[in-house]
Amino acid sequence: MTTVVEPVEAAATAVRAQALGKRYKDKWALRDCTFELPAGRVAALVGANGAGKTTLMTVLAGLLRPDEGAAGVAGRVAFVSQEKPVYRHFTVAEMLRMGARLNTVWDQDRAGRWLERFEIPLDRPCGRLSGGQQAQVAFAVAIGSRPDVLMLDEPLANLDPLARREVTAELLGEVAETGMTVLLSTHVVAELGGVADHLLLLAHGRLLAGGDLDELLARHVVYTGPRSDVPPALGKVVEARHRGGQSTFLVELPEGRPRPVVAGQWAERPVTLEDYVLAQLAATRKGLKG
Amino acid sequence: MEFRIDRSSGLPAYLQLVRQVREGLRLGWLSPGDRLPTVRDVVASSGVNANTVLKAYRELEMTGLVEARQGSGTFVKAGLGTADPEVMGRLRTRLAEWVREAREAGLDDEDIDALVRSVLSNDGEGVAVR
Repeated sequence: MTTVVEPVEAAATAVRAQALGKRYKDKWALRDCTFELPAGRVAALVGANGAGKTTLMTVLAGLLRPDEGAAGVAGRVAFVSQEKPVYRHFTVAEMLRMGARLNTVWDQDRAGRWLERFEIPLDRPCGRLSGGQQAQVAFAVAIGSRPDVLMLDEPLANLDPLARREVTAELLGEVAETGMTVLLSTHVVAELGGVADHLLLLAHGRLLAGGDLDELLARHVVYTGPRSDVPPALGKVVEARHRGGQSTFLVELPEGRPRPVVAGQWAERPVTLEDYVLAQLAATRKGLKG
Repeated sequence: MEFRIDRSSGLPAYLQLVRQVREGLRLGWLSPGDRLPTVRDVVASSGVNANTVLKAYRELEMTGLVEARQGSGTFVKAGLGTADPEVMGRLRTRLAEWVREAREAGLDDEDIDALVRSVLSNDGEGVAVR
């Protein structure tokens, strides 16, 4: 068992995990986790509660030592944990001063702009801000450190729908401007379309799927039709549902073949990210996989 | 122009952008010479990933509808040629006949819509029109 945290050489890869594993006592929270995240991507880390998302991010951020395998990140990392930590007795301005002192690179304007955008008062102690405002302070400090890779654990939790949309848009603006790579974990899968372009799906500490989101979804299709034990076209059934006289299949199409044509009573529709994630998670729960 | 993304649609976000540009051309509120919004504008106004916008613009460029001019942006190059009016008229007449026949057979609008969609989706494009 070797444990190495090494810098990634290839400029095109921002984050790399090689057979990564982390154990708490005798229970593996993460196992055999291997993937590469290209630079400049916005990756969504998705999975059920307890799937190992936080463990993976903490290991990748270098805050937790893996028990197996290797992790590498190209450049500087900023990590905002789920608790969005701030010092209660520091004012917002003092939090920024701390950011400036603790980071080798610091962009005060960038951090300040973020806070201004969300109307966070600089002179107020963090302990007297709302949960959502505290989150904005934590984001501002992370953005101010000009990271090459920004990791956010559940950044959208506890934000109202408008703030979720605004944080997402601002974040994507920062990505467009700086070319940084983002890895964010979330349960709000339905809001990820067009936001994330890369998916990492974890279940029970293992990586179920990973890769370019559009390519992944394009390889899947939903068929609905008369009750049947098998779908109307060849492929791996990810999920099958039967209700009364109707059957619905979510199918992974075989690679390198033209898209099958289904006729007659069958209808097909493209798969949304939500369809895909829910089907995969349901399949692992039923023990159809691994 | 402002793009909008329907996140519950199974259509990939970049294709939604492509479709909206084509729709703009077809409906006439985009014409050759017009400049498409910058990637950053789209990111800020629609909350989509810059990679998604770039992918959409590349796709439009590949089909010859727009061109990227170094340093000044992406411009509409060609209109979406609608077919010859005579051909359109003929198609319309035949479609009207077909619709009449469908109604006589007892199909309502929804049935007709579903039938058209299933023919369209089996016609190679494989993407349902919402």
